[in-house]
This record gives sequence, structure tokens and C-alpha cells, in this order.
Amino acid sequence: MTAYILRRLAVAIPTLLLLIVFSFVLMEAAPGSPFDTERGVPPQVLANLEAKYGLDRPMIERMGTYIWNVVTRFDFGPSFTYTNRTVNDLIEQGFPITLTYGFWSFVVAVLVGGTLGIAAAVYHNSWLDYLAVGVSIGAQVLPNFVMAPILVLIFTLWLGWLPGGGWRGGQVEYLILPVIALSTSYMASIARLTRSSMLEVLNAGFIRTARAKGLPMRRVIFRHALKPALLPVISYLGPAFVGMITGSVVIDIFFSTGGIGQFFVSAALARDYSVIMGITILVGALTIFFNLVVDVLYAWIDPKIRY
Amino acid sequence: MKRRTVLSFTTATFVALSTQTALGQETHPETGETLAENQVFSYRLLDQFPTLDPALNEETVGFHAIRQLFEALVSQDADGNVIPGVAESWENTDYTTWTFTLREDARWSNGDPITTEDFLYSWRRAVDPATASPYAWYIELSSIENATEILAGEADPETLGVEAVDERTLRVNLTRPLPFFPTIATYATFMPVHRATVEEHGDDWTAPENIVSNGAYVLEEVALNERWSATKNPEYWDADSVIIEEVVGVIINDENQALTRWEADEFDHVEPLPNGAFPRLQEQYPDEATSVPRLCSYYYQINQRPDAHPALQDPDVRRALSLAVDRDVIVDQILQGGQLAAYNFIHAKTAGFTVPELDYATMTQAERDAEAVELIDAAGFGPDGEVLELELIYNTSESHRQIATIISQMWKQKLGVDITLTNYEWTTYLDLRKAGNFDLARSGWCADYNEGSTFTKILRTDHENNDGKYSNPEIDAILDTVLTSDDPNADYAEIERLLAADMGIIPIYHYANAFMLDSTIKGWPYNNAENNWYVKDFYRIAAE
Repeated sequence: MTAYILRRLAVAIPTLLLLIVFSFVLMEAAPGSPFDTERGVPPQVLANLEAKYGLDRPMIERMGTYIWNVVTRFDFGPSFTYTNRTVNDLIEQGFPITLTYGFWSFVVAVLVGGTLGIAAAVYHNSWLDYLAVGVSIGAQVLPNFVMAPILVLIFTLWLGWLPGGGWRGGQVEYLILPVIALSTSYMASIARLTRSSMLEVLNAGFIRTARAKGLPMRRVIFRHALKPALLPVISYLGPAFVGMITGSVVIDIFFSTGGIGQFFVSAALARDYSVIMGITILVGALTIFFNLVVDVLYAWIDPKIRY
Repeated sequence: MKRRTVLSFTTATFVALSTQTALGQETHPETGETLAENQVFSYRLLDQFPTLDPALNEETVGFHAIRQLFEALVSQDADGNVIPGVAESWENTDYTTWTFTLREDARWSNGDPITTEDFLYSWRRAVDPATASPYAWYIELSSIENATEILAGEADPETLGVEAVDERTLRVNLTRPLPFFPTIATYATFMPVHRATVEEHGDDWTAPENIVSNGAYVLEEVALNERWSATKNPEYWDADSVIIEEVVGVIINDENQALTRWEADEFDHVEPLPNGAFPRLQEQYPDEATSVPRLCSYYYQINQRPDAHPALQDPDVRRALSLAVDRDVIVDQILQGGQLAAYNFIHAKTAGFTVPELDYATMTQAERDAEAVELIDAAGFGPDGEVLELELIYNTSESHRQIATIISQMWKQKLGVDITLTNYEWTTYLDLRKAGNFDLARSGWCADYNEGSTFTKILRTDHENNDGKYSNPEIDAILDTVLTSDDPNADYAEIERLLAADMGIIPIYHYANAFMLDSTIKGWPYNNAENNWYVKDFYRIAAE
């Protein structure tokens, strides 16, 4: 197992390097520069800006320096738009926010989605099943950019219970709406996945045996059925978790949370090269890491899997 | 012991209550209105401002914040007139030498006095190529001696034409007479920065824990993409007249979301409003929905470069296109926020400017359409001739798309012109427009100061924002002398007539700023056409 993990980590390094190179080239290929403004900048000022950010050097050289700084000092460079901040500052400020609402969304999605899915499978074709399927399909077809304004309309404007946005250091009332908006579609997918895989497992021979032995239903489900039923769900949870904790542009834009999703989009539009790169690397590294975690979990849950 | 606690508790309550009553009864010194206890002004920002450094600022959102934190030599009143700021008075010789006298009690937020040295340092810093300010050209625009040379790296920043006659007398030497120099000097680029702070903290000097400023408010917090806030600066020279205690800006990108949250009373002021929402809001909140002119012009540039589409070199074709645009449909049915249909370029509400009578502005739309059809026919295009195919580019935005779609429909139906609409995100669009890769390009231009030349200068043949390369030597000649003209309004009128005769661009509408403002906030500068508001002039009255 250790050897497997080490092998996977060894592959991760060239993968990340490739990601950096590709992103760098694509970014450079996009028309425009970070210093484009409608009024235009005098040539001398432009030259100074380019010198300040090293844009006057050839791309290969810049890419080399960039990778070197990232690898040796974990330094993602200064932001081109936010003149007095470095990319490290921006990530330090934005990522904890994203991580917080992403983590809670994940918890909510797994708990609610999992429960709904299991209940639906156990009480197959009952009203509970229809309700669970109904709710999850409803949640699935309501993307978060539709959910967010509806939630604000109901809970902020009509009921006046919760603030319509902001973060204020992550106080609970500011957390609720973003978490609901972000978790619903994930919750729906988890519910449907759990339901179908649970149904399959519940019809399997070993469950029938367990029930024939006279074991109570609860024991059958939690002791025998749950583990195998979770396998397909887990392979979904890895990428879903990364998706949630690396932020959602929609959540950041609609709820003014200050998370990194918003930085990513505005950086792309403003050609803030260093911010684009920094966040790409962060998301890339997290994706690779959590895929590995999922694979390890797989082996732990299903002893048949050998690496 | 217990008794004492009870006693002190009672005393505390009593004290608290009595101050509260006192506060509750406080009235405005001039109007006598009862002031509210809550003196926080909050507003919505469209985006995170990239910087709070006055010298580096280049956009409106940042300027709104900077105006509360810093104060220039001169400021603006509710009508947009120039009033004393750090300078208590000023005089000029032939509009070329300006002498400002600084007020004695002007201080930085750390208590340091503000002297002429502060302005020397700040202005030199703003124009110094090493600062790499994207707005350094603004100092150049003000015609201060040597600004151009310094910006080009040919002269030392020390040679900038400003001198400290003494600690309180600042002399500014211009290369040409500029009657409205004080108007220009209200902008952020001319605001002072605190030298010791800038030198100690470098790029980080505007962080809340470092910043030293001289405005009515001091920075309290900047939570990126979430909010910012500032509290009253006790060191401000006019702090006694400042009523609002705190300014809070909430960042919300989405216009609809911002409006919903305003309706939920989360903040006092919100702009811009979603397209078409204004009539509904005006009906629902008659005391809070307002539209004021905003000094910007919306127009289409026509590519007239030598390698551009040959048809567009023909003034008759350009005129036909312009005549066929029914501006009333655009302002009354799409925008619906108080915008003005435009047949000329300079915003109609610009100070000292009267829109001249232009022939096509006084026609009815039916007459315009009839003439357009004749012109396009005569040029060999139109229903019976060759099909004119053109590309119209615009930057991605719902509003630009709606306008482009409807105008292209008007051209298609009335003139048989085939338009390809292409949208690009902002940076790409700027690149294409600068390179002249278009037939027609959506454009907007906003005033840098409240005077006609801020618009007309971009009609100059060689101006970098004249992307269509429209050229009329007569206009260029007027532009050379207009700043010192005895009757600039007549010159601007002449420029507009020449422009309309050539139809060098297609004016579409003059902007308006439709916004919502909580009815308890008073002191809003509705008549400041540049929409520059200073929170120090606001106050909140107690709700009835």
C-alpha cells in the first residue's frame, strides 16, 4: 500500500508540471494583457509595468522562473490586478473561506443525500421512496445560480431571517444560504447514487442470507449492505469534495463570500496571469490528492481491490 | 458587593439611556432635521477595487472609496462646483500659474501636519514612470510643466512644474492656460499620500493597519470581494461637521442580487440597476428611485482606416446608418433608466455646454428613415443594390447585446444591411478595437472632468482612443485652441456640427445613473454630474 501511495505521488509531480506548462501556454495565447485599459497606458508606463512584472522577458524564461519560485519557495508571485497583494495573500485570504463553506456543504450533502438514498432504497416503491426521488430530482434540476437568488428572495427579502450575502469571518448566519445553495445538487446526485447502488446490494445473495438468518433489518443494512453500497458513491465523492472546497464562482458571486472562485474568474477576465496560475495549481494539486485518497479508501472498504 | 453591582449597573443604564436620548434628539445644525441614531452609510460596489492608492487608481469603484479616505487640494460641493479642500484658497495668473494656499489645520490621520512637501512628493510620485501608474497620463493631461517629459523617461520627476513657495503655499506651473485646472485637480491622482508611510510599507501601505490618509474617514477593513469599511477620522480638519460615523461598502457582482438585497434593507445605496427595472422601482419606491445624468456617451465607432470596408469611407453611407437608428426605442424601451437619446457626442449635461441644433436631430424618425433609404440607394446598396455586409463588435454584456441586436434589426429592415454581431470579453474586445479589427464597434466614453474637451479630445485624428481613425482636419484645428478659447461653447458646437456632417461616429445615447437611495439618507449630491459623492456631506435623519 505504501509503495502504491508513493508511486501515485511520484506520478503527481509530472502531472502538476504538465498542468503548469499547459496553463501557462494557454494563458499566454489568450489575446490581451493584464495592463489593457480602454484609455491605453503611455508606452513608458507600460514598459515599466512590464518590467515590474517581468513580462518583458521571453515566455520560456518566465515560465522557468515561475516554476522555480513555486517549487523552491512556494511563491506564486504578485497579483497583476491587486497591486499591493501577492497571490499567496489572495489564496491565504480566500481559500479558508471557500474551504469552510465547501466543507460544510460536503457534510450536508453526504448526510442528507446519503440518508435520503438509503431510506429510498430500504422503503423501495413506498411514498418515502417517491418523496426522496422527487426531492433529489428537484434539487438536481435547480442549478445553484437559480437556487441562490431564490434563497435570497425567500430568506432575506420575504422572511428577513438571514443576510443575503457577506461572510463576516464565517458567522453561522452568513454560512447557511451558501451551504444550501452549494450542497443541493451534490446532495441530489449522492441520493440517487446511494439509492440505486443500495437497491442492487439489497437484492444480492449475501443480504438475503443475512436476512434469512433472522438478523434485524438495521443490522443488515448498516453492517452488511452499507459498505459495498457505498463504493460507487465514494468514487463520486472524491471529485465532488474537491469541487466544493475549491469554490464555486456562483456562490462567491451571489453571496459575496470572498472565496477563491471569484478571484479565479475575475483573474481570467483581467488576465491576472499569476492569480490564474496560482489557483489552477492549487485546484490541480487538490484534485490529484483527493483522487488518491479515494483510491486508498476503496482498498480499505473493498478488500477485493489490490494494488 | 452585590448592592454595588446593582447600583453601578443602574448608573450605567441611566448613563446609557440619557446619552441615547441625547443622541436621539440631535438635530442637523443647518436644516434642524432630527438625526437618526444610526449614522452608518452603506452602499453596494460592483467589484473589488484593485487599489486604494490614489496615484494608481484608474476606475470609478476605487475612486468612490478613495474620495472618502483622501482629500485633494480642492473638492466638490453637492452641485459639482470646486470648493476648498486641503487648500483654503487659490489664485492664478493667466490660467498658467496656479497658487494654492493650504489650510493651517490640515492634518494626516496620524496627526502630522499636511504641508506643500506632501503634494510635491505625491504628484512627482504619481507621474514617475517608476511608480508605473496606469493613470499617470492624467497628470500629463493637466499640462503641468515637464509632466510629459518625465512620463517619457526623459526628465527627472523632481523637475515637475510644482514648487513649494513655503510650507503652505504651493505653486503649479502649466505649459498652457487651463481655466479648469482646479476641476481636474479634484481627481484621485492629485490627492496627497503620506510619504513616510509609503516609504516604510511599500506596496502594502494602503493596508488598514498601515494606511495614513487625510480624508474625512480612515480605512478600517478590506475583506476582498466581500466588503470594506472606514470610520470617521477625528484628525480631519472639518471633522466637527462630519455626521456619518462609518462608511461600509458591500461588494456584489450581480445586479439583480444587489437590488434584492437593497430591497431587504441591507444597505442604503445601490447602482447600477438591472436594465428595465427602473420604471417598476420608481412606482414602488417613489422616494428612493432616482435617475441623474452621468457624463458618459454611448456610441458606435465606424472604421474609417484606409484598409477598412470601402463603403464606410462614404459619409452618405455612414449618415444612412446613423439616421436609421431609432434612439427613442433604445432609451424608452430597452434602457428605461432616464438615459437621453443622443445625436451629438458631448453629454448634454456637461457644464457650460449647450447641445447645438443638428439637422438630423430635429427630424422625425420617419423623415430620418426616408432619407436613410435614399442615401443607401444612391450609394448602390440597399434593397435594390448590392447587399452591404458589416461586422459589429461589442464587449460581452446583456445590455450591449440588446442594443446591438435591435440596431442591427433596424438596419436590416430599413436599409437591407446585413450585420454580423460578435461579442468578445472585455480584454479581447479592447485588443481588437485598438487594432482596428472591426467595421462598427460599440464604444463608451466617460468624462474625466466636467468640461466639453474631455469628450472632444478623442475625436482628434491621432488620439489613441479614436479606434475608427475618424479624421477631420477642421476639428483637429479647433481642438488645438479650444482650451484657451473665449467662447468654448461655440467651438464645441462647431465640432459637433462638423462631426454630424461627416457622421464620423454614430452617437446613440447619453448615460444616466439610475440608483436607489434609502430615503433617510440626506445630502446626496444629485446635481453633481460626475456623480462624485462625499460621505462627509451626508447624514441620516430619524425615520418618522
